[in-house]
Amino acid sequence: MAKVRGAIVVDTEKCKGCSVCIPTCPTDVIQLAKDVNRKGYHFLYMENPEECIACKNCAIVCPDGVISVYRVKV
Amino acid sequence: MADIKLMKGNEAIAEAAIRAGCDAYFGYPITPQSEVIEYLMMERPEDRTGMVVLQAESEIAAINMVYGAAGAGKKAMTSSSSPGISLKQEGISYIAGSELPAVIVNVVRGGPGLGTIQPSQADYFQTTKGGGHGDYRMYVLAPASVQEMVDFVDDAFEIAFKYRNPVMILSDGIIGQMMEKVELPPQKPRLSDKEIEELYGDWATIGKRKDRERNIITSLDLDPYKQEAHNHKLQEKYRLMQENELRYEMIDCDDADYIIVAYGSSARISQKAMNLAREKGYKVGIFRLITLFPFPTKPLNELAGRVKGFLAVEMSSGQMIEDVKLAIEGKAKAEHFGRYGGVVHSPEEVLEALENQIIKG
Amino acid sequence: MEIKDIIKPENLIYTKTKNMTDKPLSYCPGCGHGTAHNITMEVVEEMGITEDTIGVAPVGCSVLAYEFMNIDMTQAAHGRAPAVATGIKRVYPDKFVFTYQGDGDLAAIGGNETLHACNRGENIVIIFVNNGIYGMTGGQMAPTTLDGMKTSTSPYGREIETMGAPLKMTELIAQLPGVYYVTRQAVHTPQAVRKAKKAIRKAFEVQRDKKGLAFVEIVSNCNSGWKMEPVKANEWMVEHMFPYFPIGDIKVNGKLK
Repeated sequence: MAKVRGAIVVDTEKCKGCSVCIPTCPTDVIQLAKDVNRKGYHFLYMENPEECIACKNCAIVCPDGVISVYRVKV
Repeated sequence: MADIKLMKGNEAIAEAAIRAGCDAYFGYPITPQSEVIEYLMMERPEDRTGMVVLQAESEIAAINMVYGAAGAGKKAMTSSSSPGISLKQEGISYIAGSELPAVIVNVVRGGPGLGTIQPSQADYFQTTKGGGHGDYRMYVLAPASVQEMVDFVDDAFEIAFKYRNPVMILSDGIIGQMMEKVELPPQKPRLSDKEIEELYGDWATIGKRKDRERNIITSLDLDPYKQEAHNHKLQEKYRLMQENELRYEMIDCDDADYIIVAYGSSARISQKAMNLAREKGYKVGIFRLITLFPFPTKPLNELAGRVKGFLAVEMSSGQMIEDVKLAIEGKAKAEHFGRYGGVVHSPEEVLEALENQIIKG
Repeated sequence: MEIKDIIKPENLIYTKTKNMTDKPLSYCPGCGHGTAHNITMEVVEEMGITEDTIGVAPVGCSVLAYEFMNIDMTQAAHGRAPAVATGIKRVYPDKFVFTYQGDGDLAAIGGNETLHACNRGENIVIIFVNNGIYGMTGGQMAPTTLDGMKTSTSPYGREIETMGAPLKMTELIAQLPGVYYVTRQAVHTPQAVRKAKKAIRKAFEVQRDKKGLAFVEIVSNCNSGWKMEPVKANEWMVEHMFPYFPIGDIKVNGKLK
């Protein structure tokens, strides 16, 4: 089966650091950043970007719809 | 050939709604106006014009159904009587705040509380000073006959859509229940959805077209400065109504020394009192209010310059009298007379009051 | 493969629906309202009914829904959304009309409107977000507040004897013949969100087919009201709310499960 690589783009200014997405990632790609956005929220970022399989779990469960998901077959 | 019928006020206003091209009526039973919805249910206007008629679970639900339909650009109407109108006040404030066109009929009965089912005019304050919360006004038409119960429906919708504001037809148990000969207007076609989109597509919630931003019906603004500006916009609307939409009738006032100020049933009763007074040599005229808001401040003020006294005749403890006094600025004597609580004053009682309180008082 | 080679327009497989505006949501971090908004607007987009859908959101946390839902919206008085929706649907029978209400709105002040819109079988969709508390006003007890649950108006915990038991409005209205589809869903995990979206899609299809009222309850967290972090709130919800408000279909094709 062709290997799939994924990546997400986070609208860091709109992310509220609620962490609801973090436990849903099957490959532990995402964490909250040390930095904060203009509103003082630690925003989401890909800590282990290579592991992302573009399953969309994080994007689907995000209450603020801040995550866009990209997928490419390798 | 004119369409003339003998009709009860409540039935006439229902027929007039159909003929005014009303799209939806939402009602609830309450004496003395249940005939409005009974007539509409019997008449089945959905077969005549497609007009929707629905009995709601409460007056609160009914006014909110009106709010929904009005927000979608449709001609929506409800009717009730005093206690039911009290239940609708929050909805009416929302309709005013959201700038929606709607027609609300109040067939007034004696209060307060459950009160009585007999006629009264004791809802004047609630109607003209805003029974709901916030600074808003309803345009108020006061029919004094079954014919005006008919004529004022289309007038009310015209004003409602011209100003995007709630309009009240303030009737009472007498006019609602009595039968009179009435000439019915021809059928005004209901607007098609296409026409509504062309006319009101810039505000009505009819489904967001690709080529426009979404329409939002709301009265909420958490920014007080925007809400203040919104309030000023509403007040400007009421100023324009005052300027352009005032209606009243002056009967035999030219040579009058004394003026009876009245509206609705009290105006009819006072005409007999006037005739009795004239037979006794008193020069009495009647100033009949047709709109309660806007109030005829200027005309009354002018009259006050050349008459000796005013008697405000209203089936209440004296509410309209306050506005009469404000209008005439003390230039002449002005007092109230009225049986109330559900009792209707007679012409003789009005004459007696005129003599004792104004002429000889 | 560099990340920047993956993040290209042609590789995009998921992003926020155009039916949600770009305005940042006013909801507390991790609140289920946002997710419920998203899947509702995704359904409206996927069904291609954006131009024919009118939403009604009453007073409550979601009163500002019209800031976020990019469709024609009407704000309703507290508790009156089902009546407002009835008014719209009756004059536009071929448009899609839905209400989006909280538990205080739907089951307390608006209980009668909910009951009668359901009993009339209005062809509308009711989306009912149940988080067991009044969120907008700062965490007061709601009809669905659980036994013993602390809120600002049940500071020692809800007492059934004096405050009644939590109200299962969804099961109540499911008994009414006019109601065709009733389900209770959640939006705290991707799986739950997928199911909830299918349910909302089904509800709008019930409306499309004029089968009667479709009612979707979404059990959700209220982090500020419950005074919990979002992830913990969702765990608490599963442990405490789900037993009393079980997830799943309650009435399908007009028949109780």
